[in-house]
Formats: sequence, structure tokens, C-alpha cells
Amino acid sequence: MNKKYIVPVIYIVCLMLPIYWLVKMSFMTTNEILGTFALWPKEITFDNYIKIFTDPTWYNGYFNSLTYVGINTVISVSAALPAAYAFSRFRFLGDKHLFFWLLTNRMAPPAVFALPFFQLYSAVNLFDTPMAVALAHCLFNIPLAVWILEGFMSGVPKELDETAYVDGYPFWKFFVRIFIPTIAAGIGVTMFFCFMFSWVELLLAKTLTSVAAKPIAATMTRTASTSGYELGLLAAAGTLTIIPGAFVIYFVRNYIAKGFALGRV
Amino acid sequence: MDNRRSNKKAWFFVLPVVALVAFNAIIPLMTVVNYSVQETFGNNVFFWEGVKWFEQVLNSDRFHDSLGRQLIFTGIILSIEVPLGVAIALTMPRKGVWVSVCLVFMAMPLLIPWNVVGAMWNIFALPDIGLLGYALNSIGFDYDYTQQPLSAWFTTILMDVWHWTSLVVLLAYAGLRSIPDAYYQAAKIDGAGAWAVFRHIQLPKMKRVLTIAILLRFMDSFMIYTEPFVLTGGGPGNSTTFLSIDLVKVALGQFDLGPAAAMSLIYFLIVLLVSWVFYTLMMKNEGQ
Repeated sequence: MNKKYIVPVIYIVCLMLPIYWLVKMSFMTTNEILGTFALWPKEITFDNYIKIFTDPTWYNGYFNSLTYVGINTVISVSAALPAAYAFSRFRFLGDKHLFFWLLTNRMAPPAVFALPFFQLYSAVNLFDTPMAVALAHCLFNIPLAVWILEGFMSGVPKELDETAYVDGYPFWKFFVRIFIPTIAAGIGVTMFFCFMFSWVELLLAKTLTSVAAKPIAATMTRTASTSGYELGLLAAAGTLTIIPGAFVIYFVRNYIAKGFALGRV
Repeated sequence: MDNRRSNKKAWFFVLPVVALVAFNAIIPLMTVVNYSVQETFGNNVFFWEGVKWFEQVLNSDRFHDSLGRQLIFTGIILSIEVPLGVAIALTMPRKGVWVSVCLVFMAMPLLIPWNVVGAMWNIFALPDIGLLGYALNSIGFDYDYTQQPLSAWFTTILMDVWHWTSLVVLLAYAGLRSIPDAYYQAAKIDGAGAWAVFRHIQLPKMKRVLTIAILLRFMDSFMIYTEPFVLTGGGPGNSTTFLSIDLVKVALGQFDLGPAAAMSLIYFLIVLLVSWVFYTLMMKNEGQ
């Protein structure tokens, strides 16, 4: 192995240390965790995981989170597709201003919107539903999706559109049958980012739910405060929140870097 | 971007996006604006107050303090994460299976829910049972982030570096990969050293992605809430109470709607202004 690779190896080891610590604790009882400093668990226990998979308040949290993340990803990407096409191909009244206005919503601190969101979604009777969180997360995911998709679409030569037009394809047929498959990689990356930012966000998700649609992350904070610190259980729940992310990364690993540069490389 | 056809019907394409975002952005924003100029004693009765709350917030030491802390925090993490991320991206392999392995591992912190990141570091840094705290104390540092402001700052910054440096790495790496091999060969023929290659080939090519990296890191670090809140709860004392932690305290803790709304708007305007400068810079780069 090349000497040069020492830097990335050290970096990855440092990244993994806190994650290892969390995973380690998830296999220990709370008493053992609090008792002594230990580099690895003396007796491995699966009780924490069994508790999570058998207690509905815990596993429902995962379903709730995955539900709103899924709905949000679908809404964001399908609304952003035509819009990104318009931004990449056409000039129209106020296009540049609109594009910047969309981006400003990516910049709005969620803390600013927490309270009005609560009132808005209570007013339209969506409070405590996965739909409320899914719609609220559109605030920052749609601008991001438009931004990334626009970058990918601008990479596709316009001749493709013109050839299809000359060949007599109606626009929608061209868009669905030819254009979308051409930028499939871009759509994959966009979905990854929508998934990611919706999955990791907690402030809005917590504000907009109480019982029925409580996300897993909120279940964790509330359990911590009601029944004392059940560290082992919290660690197991935390470990399980890493898994969907790791799974998604694996599928889009080749496009991640390009997506982070928002398709503009 | 500029040989686009003019098409007035394009507005129909962007309509769903505008509708969804406007529903989420304009109505809450107007609510905030309403609160910011009124006083209420409950029961939905409001009195006009003009700019009183804005004056109060802008003149309060508390706001100055948390804004100051926020600026210092954002400044520190940008000056650590950007150079570090570029340095790591430069040493990453360019081809082969190791690329995927590196990318998958490096992207992992980015996909962990923010409160889990906070909780994870909360325990990881404890002096008695956490690896970081235990290690620091056993090599002779007096370290306890729950008691000492300096330790709390160190932990918060380290956590953010751990969490987000990978974003800079991935972006810089994407920029580096877009440099054709021919450039490096030409540099080799000219006898250019590593520094010259970096200064005249790699850095200019990375300029655009680095602007995006800095923009994203600025926005997200300026809005940081969940991780430090879970890690330190803003303490010890107020030492790690950043702007959005303070805002949530005022809005939901004390339920002072007027000052909280005024603070929200000032906060939003600061983010907007800085982001606009970056955005203009970015678009200028793209024009070239």
C-alpha cells in the first residue's frame, strides 16, 4: 500500500471512533456502561435490540421516520423535475430571481420557522401526521433538488431535445421516455440528498408531531427524559438510525461526489 | 446557461415547486413578520408595536453575545474544515476499489440524524466513560466539557469537524476528478513541483466547488441547533448558546413571541445577505 494513503486511512479511523463507541454501548447493559470505562463489551447482550424490535413505541418511530422521508423524497423529486428542466432550457420572466428565491429557502434557519409551522399545520389539520413533516421538509429539499437536477440537466446537450422534436415526439413522451432515463444518475443523486436531509432533520419533525407520527429521533429524546437515562437502549436505537443511511450510500457511492458538487463539475 | 430559448409557458413547469415552497415559506414568514411588530397578552388579541422589538433585540447584550459566539464558531469551523477537507481530498486515491470504500466511509457521518450525532458525542466525550474524555484526561489534560466552557467549545468544534469535513472532502474530490490527466503530464514536462501543481492547476479547478462548499458550510453552521443543543444544552452557563439555541429558548421556552419574531427576521436577513454575496460570486465564476 502506498505511503500517501496514510492520511485518508487516519481520517477514516478518526471518523469511525465515535461510531464504534456508540455501537459498542448498544451491546452493553446501562449498568455496565455507567460502571466502568471499557474499550469493548465484556458480555455481549442483545437485550437492547430485542426491546426495540418488540416495543411498538420504538419500532413505530422507525416506520414514521421512513414514511415521511419517503413521501418527502417522492414529492420533492417529482415537483423539481419539470422546474429544473424549465430553469435549464428556457428563459422566462423572472427566472433568475425565482432561482435565487428558491435557494433562500435552503438558507432559512429551521429555528425561525418552528413556531409558525406548528400553527400553519395545525390550521390545515395536518398536525401529527407524516404528511405534515414531509411537506415541511419540502422547504429545504425542493430548492436543493431543483439546484442539483438543473446542474445535471444542463450537462445534457440541447441537441437531444431538438432531435426528438424534429422526429415528431410529443413533449411529454420525450420527457418521460428519453430525457428522464438520460439523467437517471442525477435523479438518483437527488433522491439521495432529499433522503439524507429529511432523515437527519429533527427540529421541524419534532415540532410537527406529538404521538401518532413521532419520528424515531424524537422517541429517543423523550425516552431519555422520562425513564432516566437508558444508555444501552439509546445507543441501540442510535445505531439503528445509521443503518438506512449506510444502505443508501452504498447504492449511490459513485455519484455522491458529483451530487455534492450539485452537478456542476 | 444563456443560449436558452425564451418560453413564457415555462412558468407552468415551475408552478408546482413555487406552490409547495410558497406554502411553506411565505405563510410562516408572514406570521413571523406579524408577530415582530405586535404585542400580545394571549387570547389572540394583538397590539401594534412598530419597531420596538427590533430595537430591543438589536440593543440587547444577550443577542450580541449569541451573535458573537455564532460568528466565532462559524469562523473557526470554516477555517478548519475547508483546508483540512482539501488536504484530505488531495491524498485520496483516484482510481480503483479504494475510491468507493473511502467515499462510503467518509459519507457516513453525514447521514446520521443530528440528535444522534449530539448524543453520540455527549457520551464519547464524557471524562469517566467516554473514549475521548478518558483519553484526554489520562494524558494529563484537565478536561470536562460539562463544567469548563473551554472544553465545551473544543468538543463542539471537534464534533462539527467530525460531522462535516467529509462534505468538503467529497466536493473537493469531485472537483479534482474533473481535471484531465493531460494537465498533470504538461506540468510534469515543465518540471512543476507539487506546490506549483496545486496553486496553478488544482486550486483553480476546485474554485467553483469550494465556493459551494463554503456556502453550504456557512449556511448550515450558522443555523446549527440540534447537535450543540443535545451535546451541551448551550452550557455550561451560556458559553455554547449559539444564535438558534437562543432563539428557540426565547420563542418556545419563554414564549416571548414579539422579540423572538424580530430576532428571527434579523437572523434570517444576516444569513440571506452573506449567502447572496456568495451566490453572486458563484454565478460570476460560472459565467467565466
